[in-house]
Formats: sequence, structure tokens, C-alpha cells
Amino acid sequence: MSTATEPRKSTARGKAPAGEKVADWADGRLGIYSLAKANMRKIFPDHWSFLLGEICLFSFIIVMLTGVYLTLFFVPSMGHVEYTGSFEPMQGVMMSEAYASTLDISFDVRGGLLVRQIHHWAALLFVVGIFMHMMRVFFTGAFRKPREINWLFGFLLLVLALFTGLTGYSLPDDLLSGVGIRFMEGAILAVPVVGTYIQMFLFGGEFPGYDIIPRFFVVHVLLLPGIMLGLVVAHLILIVYHKHTHYAGPGRTNDNVVGMPLLPVYMAKAGGFFFLVFGVITLIAATVTINPVWVLGPYRPDQISTNAQPDWYLGFSEGLVRMMPGWEWVIPGGYTLNFGLLVPLIVFPGLLTAIALYPFFESWVTKDPREHHIAERPRNNPTRTGFGMAWLTAFGVCMLAGGNDLWAIHFHLSINAITWFCRIGFFVLPVVAFFVTRRICLGLQRRDAEKVLHGRESGIIKRLPHGEFVEVHEPLSQEQLYTLTAHEQQKPLELGPDTDKNGVRRPVNPLERVRARFSKAYFGEQAQITKPTREEYKEITEGHGDHH
Amino acid sequence: MSDDRDPTTSSQETETRKDVSDDHLPGERRSGELAVLDDPFADPGLPPHEHRRQDIDERAAKRSERTVALLFTVSMLATIGFIVAYVAIPIDRIVYIWPIGHISGLNFALGTTLGTALFCIGAGAIHWARTLMSDEERSEERHAVAATPEVKAHVLEEFRKGAEESGIGRRKLVRNTMLGAVALVPLSGVVLLRDLGPLPEDKLRKTAWREGSVIVNENTGEPLRPEDIVVGSLTQAMPDDLDHHDHDFHAQIAKAAVMLVRLEPEDIKDPRSAEWGHEGILCFSKICTHIGCPATLYEQQTHHALCPCHQSTFDLSDGARVLFGPAGHPLPQLRITVNDDGYLAALGDFEEPPGPSFWERG
Ligand code: HEM
Ligand code: FES
Repeated sequence: MSTATEPRKSTARGKAPAGEKVADWADGRLGIYSLAKANMRKIFPDHWSFLLGEICLFSFIIVMLTGVYLTLFFVPSMGHVEYTGSFEPMQGVMMSEAYASTLDISFDVRGGLLVRQIHHWAALLFVVGIFMHMMRVFFTGAFRKPREINWLFGFLLLVLALFTGLTGYSLPDDLLSGVGIRFMEGAILAVPVVGTYIQMFLFGGEFPGYDIIPRFFVVHVLLLPGIMLGLVVAHLILIVYHKHTHYAGPGRTNDNVVGMPLLPVYMAKAGGFFFLVFGVITLIAATVTINPVWVLGPYRPDQISTNAQPDWYLGFSEGLVRMMPGWEWVIPGGYTLNFGLLVPLIVFPGLLTAIALYPFFESWVTKDPREHHIAERPRNNPTRTGFGMAWLTAFGVCMLAGGNDLWAIHFHLSINAITWFCRIGFFVLPVVAFFVTRRICLGLQRRDAEKVLHGRESGIIKRLPHGEFVEVHEPLSQEQLYTLTAHEQQKPLELGPDTDKNGVRRPVNPLERVRARFSKAYFGEQAQITKPTREEYKEITEGHGDHH
Repeated sequence: MSDDRDPTTSSQETETRKDVSDDHLPGERRSGELAVLDDPFADPGLPPHEHRRQDIDERAAKRSERTVALLFTVSMLATIGFIVAYVAIPIDRIVYIWPIGHISGLNFALGTTLGTALFCIGAGAIHWARTLMSDEERSEERHAVAATPEVKAHVLEEFRKGAEESGIGRRKLVRNTMLGAVALVPLSGVVLLRDLGPLPEDKLRKTAWREGSVIVNENTGEPLRPEDIVVGSLTQAMPDDLDHHDHDFHAQIAKAAVMLVRLEPEDIKDPRSAEWGHEGILCFSKICTHIGCPATLYEQQTHHALCPCHQSTFDLSDGARVLFGPAGHPLPQLRITVNDDGYLAALGDFEEPPGPSFWERG
């Protein structure tokens, strides 16, 4: 259905045939018409939370564009040179070519500083975006069948993004980035049995050697981005194939997708959003300095500045390391186990894996074979939402611990106290978060049920004949009623009686018993508020009589 | 970029909105109407499409058009501004911009012009999409991902045929040797990685310190006499035969860097530590035993050395014992003496490897 104002004069200009010829040519070779038939008017639902994935995609593109520019000037070498560029405070200082070329990009290449800053800001936004996007997918259950594989692709992207960030941060070879590399070296040395070998092979000899920056360079500009590009493409293909989830609402069901067509609206909005993101990052890069490598000077293994901090997304691993007590055991045979680093080395991937595998855990609990295309409201799955919040809390405690010196200085606290708070908090707070979140979700569910049965508070106070004041409740519209009751509520798994009808004991798989426990935790009485039934609704509304 | 129209409230509101002329009143609901009567929670279907001002008022549409065009024009001007700034502003010009402070003028000019040019394209495109393109929501069917049983049966059958024709199930010898060959061939790739680096051997245990190495101030390169080390100060030092211009200077200093402190002899709690020093001058590795940052923040009253990386704290008066933090063992101490010329010198290498611990450290 087209509207009256739509212009209809484009064909008159005679432009289409030329384009059509090109398209015909391409179609004869690539079959683009069939491709376009399926996808050109594909429907994309609109919701602010769906923009998070776009932010990831766009910052990824920006990072690639600016990164390629930087490779034109950056020299990935640890060979030593005397600085002769135009930044006076460093003139005559011995430094690696990597650091010298970073100074050149910042002070001698016009616009180089801008591109460096865009690259770094976009990289930060990229990781923030992935993280938030992942949370959106998690809390709405958008990872459920058939999207589990895309969830894993996304998760891999997160992990690779972390490593790309780490290797990129190390390249300029300034005092801070060198500390990051040293951190990694220390962690590798802590690996039992093969640690020293991995360290020697990775660094091409003893720390720091001459190989690590050229090697990181290849990993940062070729290996990881290459894999990520492939994964991003696969991720997007799967989104198109599965079609995007949408929130339940009038006319929006599990069997359809409601939104705007790719051509033109989604294309214009998403394309425009790319330029918005790019523009905003550029404006930030113009005004807020990030990673001023020239301040601290070149890396020297025997020098350090105070409050060395990694980029935010590694603050989490930093915190794990800072929280650990210095447990180091020498085991019989004269070998050292350095738990101070080993434990973080296990917990760090462990926490990430926990969230990565969660979808498979949930599908094992529900054994639900159906496809799910409705993005759930977090409140309607309190246990999952609780898990998510517990995970975020553990993550947050680690971040907090990662900045323990900063908190101590800014708030005049003792570092010892903060560290102990974090150590205990790491175990206790996630549990608290779980239960509090579940409580809140149940409260919200209860409120939804109230609203359905008794209508929305209108804010109008009415005085009854006998003098009492009551607030007038407005009944909800059909749309609202549907939206608030559309979610389905699963029943907890029943194991059935322990004996069959002949009184013979039925063997029940112990794993099934565990599953029944979890199922109850998800769908039992204490885990969800039964939504109002049609009968309840009719009884109440008919009882009220006047609803206007 | 969310949709302005909240679908859950639209039907009530449109009935009261009288500024919309009659022929543009919302159309019929597009599905689901029938079920509503007996089921209060039934899906009422997509709400009817509502027209925006621009859809019914050509003047409003023209205004939007001008806004979009203006945004695109500003973008063009900003790009020209970018080129002008690139040519005109010297790279070393520092400007004062309130409230940011003193910053590079070129960076500021290039960034703001480019940022504006990009932003306006985005804003223009989105404004165009929101006000002038159709905002009618459409619905598209979803189809199950899984194949129908017929398709599945067909594929399995074809696969069975293919596998049969290859003979992979029948000719076990072919299959097993093939699996063996394919499993082995990546080994070559692994072997090729061998030359990435040397074997560790005892590289992590040995440092540049030898018996007789003179201890020189790391900043000045001058040899140190005992009287140069005063109580309350911390002196960073290295062996005299390390040269900043050496190829392996960094690798060597990463292990050999030391710090010298002087304590009142009665303040030294660990007798062995006192004995390894010289008249209260103690020489410790400054490479933190946690992961190797230099632990050189010295608190003179308490004789604590603090590592700025993760706050490991070492008590230099007690053999550099770990007081706090994630470090797992004390900083190794270097045995020192005074040589014939009156300079501080080492009596040998560290007894234990400096820096972070590793499996073979023991
Ligand atoms: C390079 C990083 C990434 C890019 C460029 C990216 C891009 C996108 C885009 C554009 C969408 C569609 C819009 C949206 O739902 O927000 C999307 C959807 C999705 N993403 Fe990502 N994403 C990235 C990382 C991740 C991560 C870390 C995860 C989770 C571990 C993830 C899981 C998903 C899933 C399951 C969908 C489908 C959601 C749905 O249909 O509702 N993605 N991604
Ligand atoms: S490196 Fe010194 S505390 Fe971690």
C-alpha cells in the first residue's frame, strides 16, 4: 500500500535502463535477481536494543578502515633507533622503531593522530558494543533454538575482539603497552610444565626480545581480523536466514516477523546509523585524547609508571589477578605451581565459557524442541535473568578489583580492605544478585498480572458516595492485554511416580532427577507468577460491571 | 530509532485525534479481529497504519525534504572544511579550546570537520527514512528451519548411495590409511614451528651479574660508592657491563635491574640479608616476583617496596618478604661488597632466578 505523496517520476529520467543493463549483465553471471527477490524487501523489526548489534558491526568496519590506514605508517619493529622526529621532548631518546613510528603518526603525519584516536575509540566501542549486544541476546533469550550456533559465533567474536584489543594495545611499545606484554609473559610462565617453552617460542627468546611486536602485528592486523571478518559475515548470514527475533505484541507472533523492509527503510536507517556512529566517534577522537603514548616514553623492562591500567575490557582479568593471594607452591621434584596466576588463568576463560555454554544448559533443562522467535522480556524468565545478573556481578567485582589502587586513592580506602571486599564479594555478591533479581522479576510479573486483571492506574481519584477515595483503574486495551499475556509459561518437568502401575520401581536416571530439580527452579511456583487466565479476567471484569 | 507509535495504545488515541482529515483515518485492522469477541487475550492483529504529518501534508513533507537536504549540504561543506584545514593548519600548532584545554589544532579541526561530515550524512539519511519513506509495518512469514521428513529421507538416501559408491565402508584398508595420512600430515606444520624460539634451558636463571660486576647508577652510568647510598633513599642500578646500545640490553636489564637501599643495621631483621649487604646497604632485584613490573615505590619509614602493577608489597628490612599482594615469593637479593677501588660490586649472580616464577623454578 503506497501513500499518496510517494513520488512516481523516477522512471521518466531514463536512468533505470542503464542500471538495468548492468543488473542484467550481473544477473546472467551471479543470479542477483533471485537473490534480490528473496532479500531486497526482507523485513527487519525495529527496537532500540537491536541497534547494539549494529553498533558492533559499524565500529568493526571503522576499526578496519582506520587500521588499514595505520599500517601504512606503522613500523612493526623492535629494532632500536634514536628518535629524530618533531616531538621535542623525545629527541635523541633511544627507542624501538615501533614506538618511533607511533610518534611519527601522532606528530608528523597530518591527520595521523586523528586516525589513531578514531581507531582506539572505535575499538573500545566495539568491545562495549559486543558486550551489551551479548547481554541483550542473553536476557531476551534470543539465543534459543534455532540461534544457538549464531550465539557461539558471536561469543567467538567477543573472545577474538579481546585478543585483538590486547595485541593492538601492545604494538606502540610505549611504557604502558610493554607492561601489558610483561603481564602476558608472566601469565604464560605460570603455566605448568610447558610455560617456559611457550614463552620462549612466543617471544623468540627471552623477554622482551625482538620478535614479539612483529608477531603481534601479524596477529593483530591479519590473523584475528581475518577470522573475525569471516565470523561477522557468517553471523550476518545467519541473522538473515533465521530472520530477526521480535518482541511479542499485537500481530507479532512466533510465526512472523513484523517491521520495515530492507529496501528502503532499514537500509537508510542502518546506513545512516553507520555514519552517525562514525561521526560521533570522530568527534570524540577530535576532542578527547586517548592513549597518549608520548607522555610516558618508550618501554624499558626496568621502568614503570604508577597506576598502569589496561583497556577496560581486560580490567576483568586484571582484577582476578589482583584479588588472588600470592599462593605459590613448590611441589616435590622441585617444580613451582604459581596459583596466584594459575587460578585467574583458569577462572578467566571459565567465566567466559559459563556464559557461552549457558544456552545449551537451558535447552537441556527445558528439552524444548521448538523454534523460538519471540524475544522474551527478562522478567518472564526470572531464573535466567538471575543467572545473567549473577554473572554480571562477578564480572563487576573483578572490574572493581582491577582498579583497587584507583578506588583506594580516590576514596581514601585501604587497599587491603578493598581487596578483601572483592575476594568475599566475588563469591557472595553473585548469589545475592541472583536472588534479588529473581525477586524483582517476580514483582514485575505480579504487577503485570495486576494490570491485566484490574487495569492501569489512571491517576484519577474518585470519591465514592460514602466518602471513600479510590483511584480509578482504566481497563487495558486489547493490544495491552495481549502483549502482557502472550508469553508462555512452562510447567516444571514431572518425573512421574517412582513406581509404575504394577507397583514395580521405575528406574529414574539420576541425571533426569537433576534436570527435574533445575526445571523446578526455572518453572516451579517460586520461580514464576502464574499469569491471569481468561476465566479470571472475565470473572473480574464482569463483576465490575462498568468499565468506562 | 524506535518506532514512534506505541502499538499498544494506538487504537484508543487515534479515535480522539481529530486533526487528521477523515479520508486518512486509520484503515481496518489487518488480522485477528474475529477472535476478539470471546477471548479477552486474543491477538488483535497488527494495529492499523497511522499516517504521519508528512504523509498527508505536502508542506510538512517539503519541510522534511529541506531539512534532509540541509544536512547533506552541511556535510559537503564540512568535507571542504576538512581539506582546507588539512592544507592550512600547521601540524605543530597547539590551540586552546575551552573546556578541553591546549590541544593540537590540526587534530581538532580535522576531527570536527570529518565528524560533522559523517554525522550529517547519517542524520540526513535517518531523517529521510523516518519522515519521508513509508513507515508502514509489514509482516513476513517465518518458515521452519528443519527440513521436511521427505527431504530428510531423500538426502539420507542420496548420502547412503554416495558413500556406497565410494566404497569407504567396504574397503577398510583404504579408509584407515587415509585417516592415518590425514591425521599425520599436520605434524609437519607443528614441526615447522620449532624454530619460533630457543629452548628455555637455564636462561631464566642466569643474569648479567657476575662476581666482581661493578654496580652502576642506572641513570648516570656512574659506579656507586657506599657513601652514595644514603638512608631513606632508593637507588636504581645495574651491572657496569650492560650498555644501552647492546642488542640484548632489554632482555638483560629485564633480569638484572636492581635497587639499593640503606637501612640502619639494627633495623634489618633478617641476619642473612644483613650479611649479604654491605654496612646496611642491601641490593635487591627490582623485578617484582609477581609478573615482573619494577617494584620501586619505596616507603622509607617502613622500608616497604611497593609494586605499582598489583600492589605487591615487600619488606626490604626482612629479606624482601611479601607483606601484601599477589606476589608469591620474596625479591631475590644480590650479595654485594666493596671492591679495591672502593666501589660497590657484586659477589656473584642471584642465588635464585629474579622475576616471575615458572614451573622449573623450584
Ligand atoms: C563482531 C562482533 C559482532 C557483530 C558485528 C554483531 C552483529 C550483529 C548484528 C548486526 C545483529 C542483528 C541486530 C541485533 O540483534 O542487534 C546481531 C544479532 C545477533 N548476535 Fe551479534 N554481533 C557481534 C557479536 C555477538 C556476540 C558477542 C554474541 C553473543 C555471544 C552475538 C550473538 C548474536 C545473536 C544470537 C544474534 C541474533 C539475535 C536475534 O536474531 O535476535 N553477537 N549481531
Ligand atoms: S607485577 Fe608486581 S604486583 Fe604484579
